[in-house]
Amino acid sequence: MKLLFIQSAAPHGSISAQEGLDALLMGSAFSECSVLFTNEGVLQLIQNQAPDELGTKNFSLTFGALRDYGVSQIFCRQSSMQRYGLNASDCVIDVEVVNDDVIRQLLNEHDKVHNF
Amino acid sequence: MKFSIVVYGAPYSSEGCLSALKFAESVITNGHEIVRVFFYQDGVYTANVLIAPPQDEIDISQAWGQFGIDHDIELIACIASCLRRGILDETEASRYEKRSDNLRAGFTISGLGQLIDASLNADRVVTFGA
Repeated sequence: MKLLFIQSAAPHGSISAQEGLDALLMGSAFSECSVLFTNEGVLQLIQNQAPDELGTKNFSLTFGALRDYGVSQIFCRQSSMQRYGLNASDCVIDVEVVNDDVIRQLLNEHDKVHNF
Repeated sequence: MKFSIVVYGAPYSSEGCLSALKFAESVITNGHEIVRVFFYQDGVYTANVLIAPPQDEIDISQAWGQFGIDHDIELIACIASCLRRGILDETEASRYEKRSDNLRAGFTISGLGQLIDASLNADRVVTFGA
């Protein structure tokens, strides 16, 4: 069974991104998981975040562990990256930037989708 | 068909919480099965027995708890989400030395693994967002 986790929330405006990541890590322990960053969710991947002054946790560091958890398919939506002026090289981890046609395929080939 | 239902929205703040209940009732009415209902993020506030809405409004927490009991359906509230938001059963209240617990009957506090398990064992996962 293949699970797709979609991260579409900005990193520190709510706890959605952090709790979504927790769910993804748990999912990877039981099943094959992929993750797609889209909309404001792409902002989660920006390097050198310093949310300490906000009093929130810098969970972007945890993304580095995704491959160790067996999450090898990490996608970013191209139009969202463009919207925020981001390139793959701006991200804390290696990501595959994909267009909406590919995203359509991803949605088809995964059995369940969890949106965060 | 086997459904798992996931609720992210808090009662009253989000319509999703009540829509999820209406959907769950329809699933049962139409002869389908619910594997589990998993409350995550602000959805765990649904399990707060201290919720006391005005008399002319539905008590969403009570309605969910009763639905779980009536149909013997697991209502799981994520432990990490619960602890952050002050939803505690007797065990957790004692563990964290809090003066009271507030988990409604019908709900169980358990781990995120229950979300994944619910996802793997259902034909459909239907999520009600915040």
